Amino acid sequence: MASEKGVMLLDFWVSPFGQRARIALAEKGVEYEYKEENLRDKSELLLKSNPIHKKIPVLIHDGKPICESLIIVQYIDETWSDKAPLLPSDPYQRAQARFWADFVDKKVFECGGKLWKLKGEEQEAAKKEMIEILQILEAQLGDKKYFGGDIFGFVDVAFVPFTSWFYSYETCANFSVEEVAPKIVQWAKRCMERESVEKTLPDPKRVYEFVCYLKKRFGIE
Amino acid sequence: MVASAAVRLFGMWASPAVRRVEWALKLKGIEYEYIEEDLSNKSSSLLEFNPINKQVPVLVHNGHPVVESLVILEYIDETWKDNPMLPVDPLERAKARFWATFVDVKCREESRKAFFMEGEEKEKAIENLQVQLKALDEELEGKKFFSGDHIGYTDLAIGWMAFWLGVAEEAAGFKANYDVKFPNFSRWMKDFLAEPVIKDNLPLREKTVEFFRAFKQLGSCTKRFWESSRRVIVVIPERQRHSWACVGDE
Repeated sequence: MASEKGVMLLDFWVSPFGQRARIALAEKGVEYEYKEENLRDKSELLLKSNPIHKKIPVLIHDGKPICESLIIVQYIDETWSDKAPLLPSDPYQRAQARFWADFVDKKVFECGGKLWKLKGEEQEAAKKEMIEILQILEAQLGDKKYFGGDIFGFVDVAFVPFTSWFYSYETCANFSVEEVAPKIVQWAKRCMERESVEKTLPDPKRVYEFVCYLKKRFGIE
Repeated sequence: MVASAAVRLFGMWASPAVRRVEWALKLKGIEYEYIEEDLSNKSSSLLEFNPINKQVPVLVHNGHPVVESLVILEYIDETWKDNPMLPVDPLERAKARFWATFVDVKCREESRKAFFMEGEEKEKAIENLQVQLKALDEELEGKKFFSGDHIGYTDLAIGWMAFWLGVAEEAAGFKANYDVKFPNFSRWMKDFLAEPVIKDNLPLREKTVEFFRAFKQLGSCTKRFWESSRRVIVVIPERQRHSWACVGDE
């Protein structure tokens, strides 16, 4: 790997995992080169940088690749530690943050995928599951400004990219996030007031167009 | 020994995720109280401390619960700073976390498929597992342990493979052939199991094989065991319920 100085991010515009990295870099004020990948024709750089998973996002810092979005966010937090800390300093609070980011990781994307891929009873079951997930997250948020308390933190970065998928989930599965988890919707609006989030997240309608394109491609009605 | 009567660990004897936490506590010389859970009849304490996943392990420190074994490992490392398990450099930490997550998610998935499935699906899972073992083998080139000269976070995260992979193979009748194909990994398994902290903290092999053999039998009775992503939930009729009814990802 050529030891080029600087920061590069291999990414795909609609990926919530890539958006996590972009938001973290923006919060830290780190300048970087963004490279959009064609996931149907992955670049040699991507395949070389992430030979195990062959997935975006990949952060390349001074020629060294870092893979997996939550690992990338922690790397960003630890490397540019002088500004905007994303993880708290107390070990117990850090453990809580890691647990909830892991919860988002394990639950939201996969369940969300079921909402637009499945129909009928299976979709209904996925909808119930998603509502439960959102309500668990809402209970965790409580009346705090962010999941991190007053500070926009690790769990906020982990979860906020999925808010631009809410419209797609609602439209495909016929439910309202605002009705089942109003505090989450309010939290999402507060996050969107941050430049890092506002400049990174795509318009939910564009995400929905992308979902419709995927449905067509995979022959899902 | 660091006196720490305020540390409790809820566990289950056959669970690799629980042992991982015990290894970390022992490495750091932390005294703790161990509570064995009957997973078919979970204690009110466990459910109170881990209401979301209701799984073991749960570490309770001064009354505060920490769950998910890799999260617990980092908590232990950050709270008791002697004998650090994770490196200091952010890039090295990222690499350590990468390999831990790779094994925890990907290798575990393929191992489970190789364990529970039969026929073509079993063969495919073994094939995938071998591709993964090759990557681990290459990562070990020139190193005694994943973490360097001494065992660390990555070894503890991957350590279940050194013991439980062999158990799974024997219980389910398959061979991943790492002794032949992956010399670095095979050597690492032996070195890891020879470490005093590890050697003295493993379940009895025969008992564990018997346990997993029975677990596989129960798993074959239902079709629902792949329903939940990242977890194996065995749904069995009430009358057959046993202490391993809910051995999930922890």
